[in-house]
Amino acid sequence: MDDGALLERLRAGDEAAFTELVGRYSGALLRLVRMYVPSAAVAEEVVQETWLGVLSGLDGFEGRSSLRTWLFRIAINRARTRGSRERRTVPFASLADREAGEEHPSVAPERFLGPDHDRWPHHWATPPRRWEESPDRRLESHETVERVLAAIAQLPPAQRAVITLRDIEGWESSEVCNTLEISETNQRVLLHRARSRVRADLETYFAE
Amino acid sequence: MTELPEMPCQELVEVVTDYLDGALSAPDRARFEAHLADCDACRDYVDQFRETISLVGRVEPEQLSPQAREQLLDAFRGWRVRS
Repeated sequence: MDDGALLERLRAGDEAAFTELVGRYSGALLRLVRMYVPSAAVAEEVVQETWLGVLSGLDGFEGRSSLRTWLFRIAINRARTRGSRERRTVPFASLADREAGEEHPSVAPERFLGPDHDRWPHHWATPPRRWEESPDRRLESHETVERVLAAIAQLPPAQRAVITLRDIEGWESSEVCNTLEISETNQRVLLHRARSRVRADLETYFAE
Repeated sequence: MTELPEMPCQELVEVVTDYLDGALSAPDRARFEAHLADCDACRDYVDQFRETISLVGRVEPEQLSPQAREQLLDAFRGWRVRS
Protein backbone atom coordinates (compact mmCIF):
# COMPACT_ATOMS: atom_id res chain seq x y z
CA MET A 1 0.00 0.00 0.00
CA ASP A 2 1.41 3.43 -0.84
CA ASP A 3 2.08 6.20 1.68
CA GLY A 4 -0.96 8.24 0.63
CA ALA A 5 -3.36 5.38 1.34
CA LEU A 6 -1.62 4.62 4.65
CA LEU A 7 -1.87 8.27 5.60
CA GLU A 8 -5.64 8.25 5.01
CA ARG A 9 -6.02 5.15 7.14
CA LEU A 10 -3.81 6.66 9.83
CA ARG A 11 -6.02 9.75 9.94
CA ALA A 12 -8.95 7.40 10.47
CA GLY A 13 -7.15 5.91 13.49
CA ASP A 14 -6.11 2.60 11.89
CA GLU A 15 -3.49 0.92 14.09
CA ALA A 16 -2.25 -1.41 11.33
CA ALA A 17 -1.46 1.61 9.16
CA PHE A 18 0.58 3.14 11.98
CA THR A 19 2.49 -0.13 12.54
CA GLU A 20 3.17 -0.39 8.81
CA LEU A 21 4.57 3.15 8.59
CA VAL A 22 6.70 2.71 11.71
CA GLY A 23 8.13 -0.50 10.23
CA ARG A 24 8.71 1.08 6.84
CA TYR A 25 10.59 4.20 7.95
CA SER A 26 12.09 3.74 11.39
CA GLY A 27 15.26 2.11 10.04
CA ALA A 28 16.13 5.02 7.77
CA LEU A 29 15.13 7.47 10.51
CA LEU A 30 17.47 5.78 12.97
CA ARG A 31 20.42 6.00 10.61
CA LEU A 32 19.76 9.59 9.72
CA VAL A 33 19.17 10.75 13.28
CA ARG A 34 22.30 8.94 14.42
CA MET A 35 24.35 11.58 12.55
CA TYR A 36 23.24 14.24 14.99
CA VAL A 37 23.12 12.52 18.33
CA PRO A 38 25.84 10.82 20.37
CA SER A 39 24.39 7.34 20.88
CA ALA A 40 22.07 4.71 19.43
CA ALA A 41 19.88 4.98 22.53
CA VAL A 42 19.34 8.71 22.03
CA ALA A 43 18.65 8.08 18.32
CA GLU A 44 15.90 5.65 19.27
CA GLU A 45 14.33 8.24 21.59
CA VAL A 46 14.41 10.84 18.83
CA VAL A 47 12.72 8.42 16.40
CA GLN A 48 10.01 7.74 18.98
CA GLU A 49 9.53 11.49 19.48
CA THR A 50 9.31 11.88 15.71
CA TRP A 51 6.39 9.45 15.47
CA LEU A 52 4.66 11.19 18.36
CA GLY A 53 5.23 14.46 16.47
CA VAL A 54 3.59 12.90 13.41
CA LEU A 55 0.52 11.92 15.41
CA SER A 56 0.16 15.33 17.00
CA GLY A 57 0.82 17.16 13.72
CA LEU A 58 -1.41 15.00 11.54
CA ASP A 59 -4.40 17.36 11.60
CA GLY A 60 -2.23 20.24 10.41
CA PHE A 61 -0.43 18.23 7.69
CA GLU A 62 -1.96 19.25 4.37
CA GLY A 63 0.08 16.94 2.18
CA ARG A 64 1.90 19.65 0.25
CA SER A 65 5.11 17.67 0.65
CA SER A 66 5.16 13.88 0.60
CA LEU A 67 4.59 12.07 3.87
CA ARG A 68 8.17 10.90 3.96
CA THR A 69 9.66 14.33 3.32
CA TRP A 70 7.53 15.68 6.17
CA LEU A 71 8.47 12.78 8.44
CA PHE A 72 12.21 13.15 7.83
CA ARG A 73 12.07 16.92 8.33
CA ILE A 74 10.44 16.40 11.73
CA ALA A 75 13.15 13.87 12.60
CA ILE A 76 16.01 16.12 11.48
CA ASN A 77 14.63 19.08 13.42
CA ARG A 78 14.23 17.04 16.57
CA ALA A 79 17.62 15.43 16.18
CA ARG A 80 19.20 18.84 15.73
CA THR A 81 17.55 20.22 18.84
CA ARG A 82 18.59 17.16 20.76
CA GLY A 83 22.09 17.17 19.27
CA SER A 84 22.70 20.83 20.02
CA ARG A 85 21.84 20.20 23.63
CA GLU A 86 24.44 17.44 23.77
CA ARG A 87 27.08 18.87 21.44
CA ARG A 88 27.50 21.46 18.71
CA THR A 89 25.82 20.70 15.42
CA VAL A 90 26.40 22.12 11.99
CA PRO A 91 23.46 22.59 9.59
CA PHE A 92 23.26 19.74 7.10
CA ALA A 93 23.49 21.94 4.03
CA SER A 94 26.82 23.41 5.16
CA LEU A 95 28.19 19.96 6.00
CA ALA A 96 27.13 18.88 2.51
CA ASP A 97 28.75 21.94 0.92
CA ARG A 98 31.97 21.38 2.81
CA GLU A 99 32.20 17.67 1.99
CA ALA A 100 31.26 18.17 -1.66
CA GLY A 101 33.78 21.00 -2.00
CA GLU A 102 36.76 18.97 -0.80
CA GLU A 103 38.94 17.48 -3.50
CA HIS A 104 38.79 13.75 -3.11
CA PRO A 105 39.71 11.57 -6.08
CA SER A 106 37.57 8.44 -6.53
CA VAL A 107 40.73 6.40 -7.13
CA ALA A 108 44.21 7.27 -5.81
CA PRO A 109 46.03 9.36 -8.47
CA GLU A 110 49.16 7.18 -8.28
CA ARG A 111 47.19 4.36 -9.87
CA PHE A 112 47.11 6.31 -13.15
CA LEU A 113 49.85 7.20 -15.60
CA GLY A 114 50.90 10.85 -15.42
CA PRO A 115 49.68 13.65 -17.73
CA ASP A 116 52.96 13.58 -19.65
CA HIS A 117 52.91 9.88 -20.49
CA ASP A 118 53.64 9.69 -24.23
CA ARG A 119 50.91 7.24 -25.17
CA TRP A 120 48.41 6.77 -22.38
CA PRO A 121 48.20 9.86 -20.15
CA HIS A 122 45.63 9.47 -17.33
CA HIS A 123 45.08 5.80 -18.11
CA TRP A 124 45.39 3.02 -15.57
CA ALA A 125 48.90 2.20 -14.35
CA THR A 126 47.54 -0.21 -11.72
CA PRO A 127 44.13 -1.32 -12.97
CA PRO A 128 41.54 -2.77 -10.59
CA ARG A 129 42.02 -6.48 -9.98
CA ARG A 130 38.91 -8.55 -10.47
CA TRP A 131 37.32 -9.51 -7.16
CA GLU A 132 38.16 -13.17 -6.81
CA GLU A 133 35.85 -15.17 -4.68
CA SER A 134 37.43 -17.74 -2.40
CA PRO A 135 35.88 -20.03 0.24
CA ASP A 136 36.32 -17.37 2.93
CA ARG A 137 35.83 -14.32 0.67
CA ARG A 138 32.50 -14.68 -0.99
CA LEU A 139 31.04 -11.70 -2.79
CA GLU A 140 27.56 -11.91 -1.31
CA SER A 141 28.43 -13.34 2.09
CA HIS A 142 27.28 -11.96 5.41
CA GLU A 143 30.90 -11.01 6.16
CA THR A 144 31.16 -8.91 3.00
CA VAL A 145 27.97 -7.05 3.87
CA GLU A 146 29.35 -6.45 7.38
CA ARG A 147 32.46 -4.99 5.79
CA VAL A 148 30.28 -2.69 3.66
CA LEU A 149 28.42 -1.55 6.76
CA ALA A 150 31.72 -0.80 8.54
CA ALA A 151 32.94 1.19 5.50
CA ILE A 152 29.72 3.25 5.50
CA ALA A 153 30.12 3.94 9.22
CA GLN A 154 33.55 5.48 8.48
CA LEU A 155 32.21 7.94 5.90
CA PRO A 156 31.86 11.65 6.65
CA PRO A 157 28.28 12.40 7.82
CA ALA A 158 26.78 13.94 4.68
CA GLN A 159 28.11 11.14 2.47
CA ARG A 160 26.77 8.60 4.95
CA ALA A 161 23.32 10.16 4.90
CA VAL A 162 23.11 10.25 1.11
CA ILE A 163 24.32 6.68 0.50
CA THR A 164 21.96 5.44 3.22
CA LEU A 165 18.90 7.00 1.64
CA ARG A 166 19.84 6.27 -1.98
CA ASP A 167 21.42 2.83 -1.82
CA ILE A 168 20.20 1.21 1.42
CA GLU A 169 16.69 2.66 1.43
CA GLY A 170 16.42 2.97 -2.37
CA TRP A 171 15.09 6.54 -2.57
CA GLU A 172 14.98 8.62 -5.77
CA SER A 173 17.55 11.41 -5.94
CA SER A 174 14.88 14.15 -6.02
CA GLU A 175 13.45 12.92 -2.75
CA VAL A 176 16.85 12.80 -1.10
CA CYS A 177 17.50 16.40 -2.22
CA ASN A 178 14.13 17.59 -0.86
CA THR A 179 14.50 15.88 2.46
CA LEU A 180 18.10 16.88 3.13
CA GLU A 181 17.64 20.29 1.43
CA ILE A 182 20.71 19.93 -0.76
CA SER A 183 21.20 20.54 -4.49
CA GLU A 184 21.04 17.77 -7.12
CA THR A 185 24.74 18.38 -7.86
CA ASN A 186 25.88 18.11 -4.25
CA GLN A 187 23.76 15.05 -3.77
CA ARG A 188 25.39 13.30 -6.71
CA VAL A 189 28.92 14.33 -5.70
CA LEU A 190 28.34 13.02 -2.15
CA LEU A 191 26.82 9.76 -3.40
CA HIS A 192 29.71 9.23 -5.80
CA ARG A 193 32.32 9.88 -3.10
CA ALA A 194 30.57 7.50 -0.76
CA ARG A 195 30.27 4.71 -3.32
CA SER A 196 33.88 5.21 -4.45
CA ARG A 197 35.16 4.89 -0.89
CA VAL A 198 33.12 1.78 -0.23
CA ARG A 199 34.37 0.27 -3.51
CA ALA A 200 37.97 1.06 -2.57
CA ASP A 201 37.46 -0.56 0.81
CA LEU A 202 36.01 -3.69 -0.81
CA GLU A 203 38.96 -3.78 -3.21
CA THR A 204 41.30 -3.90 -0.20
CA TYR A 205 39.12 -6.54 1.42
CA PHE A 206 39.15 -8.81 -1.63
CA ALA A 207 42.93 -8.41 -1.97
CA GLU A 208 43.62 -9.32 1.69
CA MET B 1 31.16 15.90 -37.51
CA THR B 2 34.22 16.49 -35.37
CA GLU B 3 35.39 13.57 -33.33
CA LEU B 4 34.93 13.82 -29.54
CA PRO B 5 38.10 13.82 -27.42
CA GLU B 6 38.75 10.52 -25.69
CA MET B 7 37.64 10.14 -22.06
CA PRO B 8 40.71 8.84 -20.19
CA CYS B 9 40.35 6.28 -17.38
CA GLN B 10 41.07 8.85 -14.66
CA GLU B 11 38.18 11.02 -15.86
CA LEU B 12 35.83 8.07 -16.28
CA VAL B 13 36.13 6.91 -12.67
CA GLU B 14 34.91 10.34 -11.52
CA VAL B 15 31.66 10.25 -13.48
CA VAL B 16 30.34 6.71 -12.97
CA THR B 17 27.47 7.85 -10.71
CA ASP B 18 26.56 10.63 -13.16
CA TYR B 19 26.51 8.00 -15.90
CA LEU B 20 24.36 5.58 -13.91
CA ASP B 21 21.96 8.40 -12.90
CA GLY B 22 21.61 9.51 -16.54
CA ALA B 23 23.09 12.90 -15.62
CA LEU B 24 25.91 13.07 -18.20
CA SER B 25 25.53 15.35 -21.21
CA ALA B 26 24.99 13.51 -24.51
CA PRO B 27 28.61 14.05 -25.70
CA ASP B 28 30.06 12.91 -22.35
CA ARG B 29 27.79 9.90 -22.37
CA ALA B 30 29.09 9.03 -25.84
CA ARG B 31 32.70 9.48 -24.69
CA PHE B 32 32.04 7.32 -21.62
CA GLU B 33 30.53 4.51 -23.68
CA ALA B 34 33.20 4.71 -26.38
CA HIS B 35 35.94 4.41 -23.77
CA LEU B 36 34.20 1.56 -22.00
CA ALA B 37 33.87 -0.40 -25.23
CA ASP B 38 37.65 -0.25 -25.61
CA CYS B 39 39.01 -0.59 -22.06
CA ASP B 40 38.87 -3.85 -20.10
CA ALA B 41 40.18 -2.22 -16.92
CA CYS B 42 37.42 0.40 -16.88
CA ARG B 43 34.81 -2.27 -17.62
CA ASP B 44 36.09 -4.14 -14.55
CA TYR B 45 35.99 -0.91 -12.59
CA VAL B 46 32.38 -0.15 -13.54
CA ASP B 47 31.42 -3.77 -12.76
CA GLN B 48 32.93 -3.35 -9.27
CA PHE B 49 31.08 -0.08 -8.86
CA ARG B 50 27.76 -1.73 -9.72
CA GLU B 51 28.61 -4.66 -7.44
CA THR B 52 29.33 -2.17 -4.64
CA ILE B 53 25.92 -0.53 -5.10
CA SER B 54 24.24 -3.92 -5.02
CA LEU B 55 26.15 -4.92 -1.85
CA VAL B 56 25.18 -1.65 -0.14
CA GLY B 57 21.58 -2.51 -1.05
CA ARG B 58 21.93 -5.75 0.92
CA VAL B 59 22.60 -3.96 4.19
CA GLU B 60 19.58 -4.59 6.38
CA PRO B 61 17.71 -1.48 7.42
CA GLU B 62 17.91 -0.90 11.17
CA GLN B 63 14.91 -1.57 13.37
CA LEU B 64 13.47 -0.03 16.51
CA SER B 65 13.74 -2.26 19.56
CA PRO B 66 10.57 -4.22 20.42
CA GLN B 67 10.18 -2.10 23.61
CA ALA B 68 10.31 1.14 21.64
CA ARG B 69 7.69 -0.21 19.21
CA GLU B 70 5.45 -1.27 22.10
CA GLN B 71 5.71 2.20 23.66
CA LEU B 72 4.78 3.77 20.33
CA LEU B 73 1.74 1.55 19.97
CA ASP B 74 0.62 2.53 23.46
CA ALA B 75 1.07 6.18 22.53
CA PHE B 76 -0.91 5.60 19.34
CA ARG B 77 -3.81 4.05 21.26
CA GLY B 78 -3.82 7.00 23.65
CA TRP B 79 -3.81 9.42 20.70
CA ARG B 80 -6.72 7.62 19.04
CA VAL B 81 -8.81 7.79 22.21
CA ARG B 82 -8.15 11.52 22.62
CA SER B 83 -8.74 12.53 19.00
